[in-house]
Amino acid sequence: MNTPKELKYAKSHEWVRFLDDSTALIGVTDYAQDALGDLVFINLPEVGDMVVSGEVFTDVESVKAVSDVYCPVTGQVAEVNEELLDNPALINEDPYGAWLIKVTGITDTEELLDADAYEKRCAEEEG
Amino acid sequence: MERKTPLYEIHCAAGGRMTPFAGWLLPVQYGSGVISEHMAVRRQAGLFDVSHMGEFILQGLDALSCLNRLMTNDFTNMYIGQARYTAMCGEGGGVIDDLVVCRLGETLYLMVVNAANREKDAAHIRSHLAGDCRFSDRSDDIALLALQGPAAPAILKILAREEDIPSRYYSLSVRVPAAGLETIISRTGYTGELGYELFCAAADAPALWHAVMEAGAAEGILPCGLGARDTLRLEAAMPLYGHEMEESVSPLEAGLGFAVKLEKPDFIGKDALLAGSPPARTRIGLAVTGRGIVREGCTVCREGRPIGQTTSGTHSPLLGKGIAMALVSAGSCAVGDAVEAEVRGRQIAMEVVPLPFYKRP
Repeated sequence: MNTPKELKYAKSHEWVRFLDDSTALIGVTDYAQDALGDLVFINLPEVGDMVVSGEVFTDVESVKAVSDVYCPVTGQVAEVNEELLDNPALINEDPYGAWLIKVTGITDTEELLDADAYEKRCAEEEG
Repeated sequence: MERKTPLYEIHCAAGGRMTPFAGWLLPVQYGSGVISEHMAVRRQAGLFDVSHMGEFILQGLDALSCLNRLMTNDFTNMYIGQARYTAMCGEGGGVIDDLVVCRLGETLYLMVVNAANREKDAAHIRSHLAGDCRFSDRSDDIALLALQGPAAPAILKILAREEDIPSRYYSLSVRVPAAGLETIISRTGYTGELGYELFCAAADAPALWHAVMEAGAAEGILPCGLGARDTLRLEAAMPLYGHEMEESVSPLEAGLGFAVKLEKPDFIGKDALLAGSPPARTRIGLAVTGRGIVREGCTVCREGRPIGQTTSGTHSPLLGKGIAMALVSAGSCAVGDAVEAEVRGRQIAMEVVPLPFYKRP
């Protein structure tokens, strides 16, 4: 499992890359993409939409199942990664390059874990 | 507590993601993923462990008449070494299970049933035995491997004598050696692809698995899990018990009329099936024209009115779009019609398409 040290992680398996104090890219973790399997569809919010920490902001769909994606921060969607709409498999290939949305005006965040704490949590989930 | 097939350790060692299915722990996929496994079967070959399936033996002078009374299909003209798909119905005409019956000898038959229905089927069959007819559940002694894909004949030729490899669809060779082990080689499968199912003693399964994987290495064979098994059978529009049919669905509604011989003398469920013919519901194929995947249990609407429910649905790796089968009111739609399915509160646009979604070239 790949867990870059410079990112923050939500327990619900999203990563956050802060670009500055109030702007961040959001994606799904390597652990999550591996558990989901081959991704074949993704829905994305619209630019300008509000997203709220701890709430579902979109879903991703693998051959096997559809899964909600939770937003680890509260703010406004500034950009969406439209490339993923045509090629969601990019998330499988490069989960930390394939960001889903860029959020600005972040006012609140989920309780975020560092890489070590997130890896530990994943190991616990594996049982 | 789920049971393990004789190949459990092999799956784990090969990176199989083990998941509970019908009371068994089976691989849903291996490391290469569902899409790669699916395409391997369509383009080269794949090997599946389907040892969870149940195997029953029916033997005796009255075995044929018992089968003809229990099942909707007719086995009278079946030759030794032939297999035939059938439904088994209750008196009400609902499907208790769907299965394959193989004639192994003069008065010896093998039934291959769904794992989840094994106990129910055995009880039903036992309660209807008459005359010289002995039933035994051999599921625990028999393992079943499915070698599927266009390269399957070339791979099998490395392991078995050419004359022992059945050349006709739904035919089989009984007690023939493959990789030095005693097997039944049956030209059957659940993928819509050319392929074989290999029955062997449970204890021989690991050796047979390794032999097939080794023989197929040059052809690019992949071990395949339940995920690919489902996407493959769905593209081929093969029904799955508990989805396209169950005890509240008749085989005629499920599109299995080809396996229901209403002209045959009395069989269990015949009166109800005659009364329900033509059926009030019918199985159709749907392809997503919008975005997304429509899975089972979604309401299908035409011009805003509900006409039925999806029974299975997935992403077709071959077609690159969502496909689904649905049970809808007879006459409520036709091929080419635009319909919508409700998925998690959203409407997804679909089109009624002919079945199967994929037919082997």
